[in-house]
Amino acid sequence: MTPDFEPVIGLEIHVQLKTRTKMFCGCELSFGAPPNTLTCPVCLGLPGALPVANARAIHFALMIGLALGCELADHSVFHRKNYFYPDLPKGYQISQYDEPLCRGGELAGVRLHRVHLEEDAAKLIHLGASGRIHGSEQSIVDFNRGGTPLVEIVTEPELRSGEHAREWLSLLRATLRSLGVSDVNMEEGSLRADANVSLRPAGSTPLGTKTELKNMNSFRFLERGVTAEIERQRAIIEGGGEVAQETLHFDPASGALTTLRSKEEAHDYRYFPEPDLVPIATTAEMLEQARAAIGELPAARAVRFERDFGLSAEMAHLLAFRSDLGDYFEAANAASAADSGHAQQLANWVSGQLVARIGEQDPATSNVTPAALATLVELVSARELTNGTAREVLDVLLQSGGDPRAIVAERGLASLSDDSELAAIVAAAIAADPDAAAKVRAGNAKAIAALIGPVMRETRGRADGSEVTKLIREQLGV
Amino acid sequence: MSGLIDLSASQAAAAIKRGEVDPGALFDLYRQRAATDSLNAYTWVAEQAPKAPPQPSLGGVPLAVKDLFCTEGVPSQSGSRILEGYRPPYTATVVERLAQAGAPLLGKTNQDEFAMGSSNENSAFGPVLNPWDRARVPGGSSGGSAAAVAAGLAPWAIGTDTGGSIRQPAALCGIVGLKPTYGAVSRYGMIAFASSLDQAGPLTRDVSDAALLLSHMVGERDPLDATSLDFPEPIAMPSRRTLAGIRLGVPSELTGEGIEPGVLGAFQATLELARQLGATVESCALPHAPHALAAYYVLAPAECSSNLARFDGVRYGYRAADPDDLLSMYERTRHDGFGVEVRRRVMLGTYVLSSGYYEAYYGRAQRVRTKIAADFAAAFERFDFVVMPTSPCVAFELGSKLADPYAMYLNDFLSVPASLAGIPALSIPNGLASPPGGGTPLPVGFQLAGPAFSESQMLDVAFALEQALGFDGRAVRS
Repeated sequence: MTPDFEPVIGLEIHVQLKTRTKMFCGCELSFGAPPNTLTCPVCLGLPGALPVANARAIHFALMIGLALGCELADHSVFHRKNYFYPDLPKGYQISQYDEPLCRGGELAGVRLHRVHLEEDAAKLIHLGASGRIHGSEQSIVDFNRGGTPLVEIVTEPELRSGEHAREWLSLLRATLRSLGVSDVNMEEGSLRADANVSLRPAGSTPLGTKTELKNMNSFRFLERGVTAEIERQRAIIEGGGEVAQETLHFDPASGALTTLRSKEEAHDYRYFPEPDLVPIATTAEMLEQARAAIGELPAARAVRFERDFGLSAEMAHLLAFRSDLGDYFEAANAASAADSGHAQQLANWVSGQLVARIGEQDPATSNVTPAALATLVELVSARELTNGTAREVLDVLLQSGGDPRAIVAERGLASLSDDSELAAIVAAAIAADPDAAAKVRAGNAKAIAALIGPVMRETRGRADGSEVTKLIREQLGV
Repeated sequence: MSGLIDLSASQAAAAIKRGEVDPGALFDLYRQRAATDSLNAYTWVAEQAPKAPPQPSLGGVPLAVKDLFCTEGVPSQSGSRILEGYRPPYTATVVERLAQAGAPLLGKTNQDEFAMGSSNENSAFGPVLNPWDRARVPGGSSGGSAAAVAAGLAPWAIGTDTGGSIRQPAALCGIVGLKPTYGAVSRYGMIAFASSLDQAGPLTRDVSDAALLLSHMVGERDPLDATSLDFPEPIAMPSRRTLAGIRLGVPSELTGEGIEPGVLGAFQATLELARQLGATVESCALPHAPHALAAYYVLAPAECSSNLARFDGVRYGYRAADPDDLLSMYERTRHDGFGVEVRRRVMLGTYVLSSGYYEAYYGRAQRVRTKIAADFAAAFERFDFVVMPTSPCVAFELGSKLADPYAMYLNDFLSVPASLAGIPALSIPNGLASPPGGGTPLPVGFQLAGPAFSESQMLDVAFALEQALGFDGRAVRS
């Protein structure tokens, strides 16, 4: 990026709500049900059918609005967004327009424009090589998804890079996940993000011409797509050209951006108030219920972790925004002896060794119970285990569960706490390599490694490295 | 058997309950008459009576139902080619309620396509003939229901009224037609024309029949229709003989220009009769009523342009053969499937909702609508009911207004104000008048409009007038 241009990125996020039934009818939401089995006259758009708004979806949307610090409207209106497409059985999508449920709000320094409710379209499956409508032999429609409740969250254009967009979206996902209102899974489509991207001269206020990027169905693709688009626009501007306002399709396989629609092809959606529905009147009772349903939000949890456990801001944030890690950390902490002072180490073990081994998996579903991890950390802290053997024990725990003390006993992994035994092993090592011993005595500090290695081998890692070094120095009188 | 035809629906229901009439015989009689209909009033006639529920309140008196009500397994095309062969998988709430109450489905009646028209000439099934003069229209859009009841092809019928589609054909055919308060009758299963205006109501031989049928159409709100309302109290059967204490307001804006002399003469005579019955009759003002027609012909097309978007050839009904691509399928399906009047209104509605025009047309029309409702509210502070003719003219000749849509729209100027205000309005026959230029005298309608949920009182007043008027429609029921 040349310093002359500054990228301006806004996200438009769609979140499928985890209600039992669809937004405007009583059909259950589909989780892999056979195509077109979860449908009714309403979500098929049959003549004469009418929508009725799902109170649970409104409740979830209010929870989201509260969690994101939005201003909640006491009167909001559903509008019809009119356009023709085979995945839209009524010829319009019921959405919200100029009177959304929530306005404003903020998350991690990025302000929100609005949050509103709408219904999802059905799923089109294009038969043919490309899997896209262009060039497909035939297209078929599965209406199971049609009518799934969606919350649309629109940010202000305040993100600055593809990486920033990805990081911010993961914070949003953590927040939504902690509310329990959605599966928020990008690969499965329960979390979808489109990005509006433009460049402007650094420091200037007016926005440049923007493009809209679609189909970035993973966090990685979001970052890559936005980054690629920033580069594309920069090349155009630096080449003296002008960016055209258009909608682009991101192809994750090739990383290519292709035009979906130009500005001229943009729809006129002819929004007007949905006459089949009455406005949403948000009552004090509804707000109270939404407020009561919200547990601790990640941002507040991070503050608490910092304050109560003395974690660094970064560590607190990491654990709080991955709520499964946060939950696991808290459980392990609770299992530790009171005032053990192990919180920092537990946090390190959870976010470090454990995550390194299980990745995105929820640690609560692993074989390592929080109590086992707490015990492991206690053993290390009491110098009964070295860090190295503790890692071995963790591997065993992940493999087959169990109690760390039992594993240590069974495998003879306890630290060599008997100084005389260790001293004897050190003495033997010095005797076995007089050259190295002489060099160390002569002041060559590096030569000590040649003596430490055999000791560690002999003790199979049960000895503490610094203890071994200390003993060698003592015995050599340096 | 001819004696049975002379019984009104409520008389027949009472006779069945007394054991004097066999409901099966009554059904067969009407089925026979409907099947040999020469007015083109029916689009479908039942083969046999459906199984009756035990002890039905309505006795089993068969019901003619406008085509646009969805009836499970029975053709429901809303008078349109685009729904050719369509048989809904479910039944409209109001048809279901009436069937449960003991008014089984006798047949489906012809109508203007998607309820757009005032003459029943815009039907894929061809025009309906007026039983009073077969060279003339029955009115519309519920022309089939009106003609069937007038000609004794059905004991009673239901239709829908968006801007006068029950009241105007009732007036032109010499029967009673009532448009209930908006929301009083469920719209679930009514193939929509203009959602914020559509309302189902009875078309009957007399006021008592209208009250009896209506009493089973309203009641508890339908959970499947978000705009439906609990009716505050059961519909009372009319019994009033005088109009003492009743205050009738006569809006100067709707009782002067543009009304045929014969219609105006009958109206004045009925006002005189009302005075004789004890009513006070004074003029009142509905200052915005002259703008009602213009507002209506913005709002109704706007809603219909969206409501009819679902007829796209993708899922049901007519689809143009061998389209080149998706767009040509949409265009050709909708061009060939819709009649000219429907296409005109869809285009008009699309235009008024378009970006840049919305405020000038739709927004403004909504404000006019609000003012019209306020005009009525002000009038009801001084008057129990506002009265005016139902239609500015008696039945006109087939084809006489087809070339001039505006002349056709003018038929609605007396009925549209109550539609926009969402208030109940009723038409009773108040005599015969010769058309301009002479000819056989034809029925004229007298219209009452009242505050929301004033149906019982309105029917009561209409009953007193009906008894005094002594209108006789037997001539066309041979």
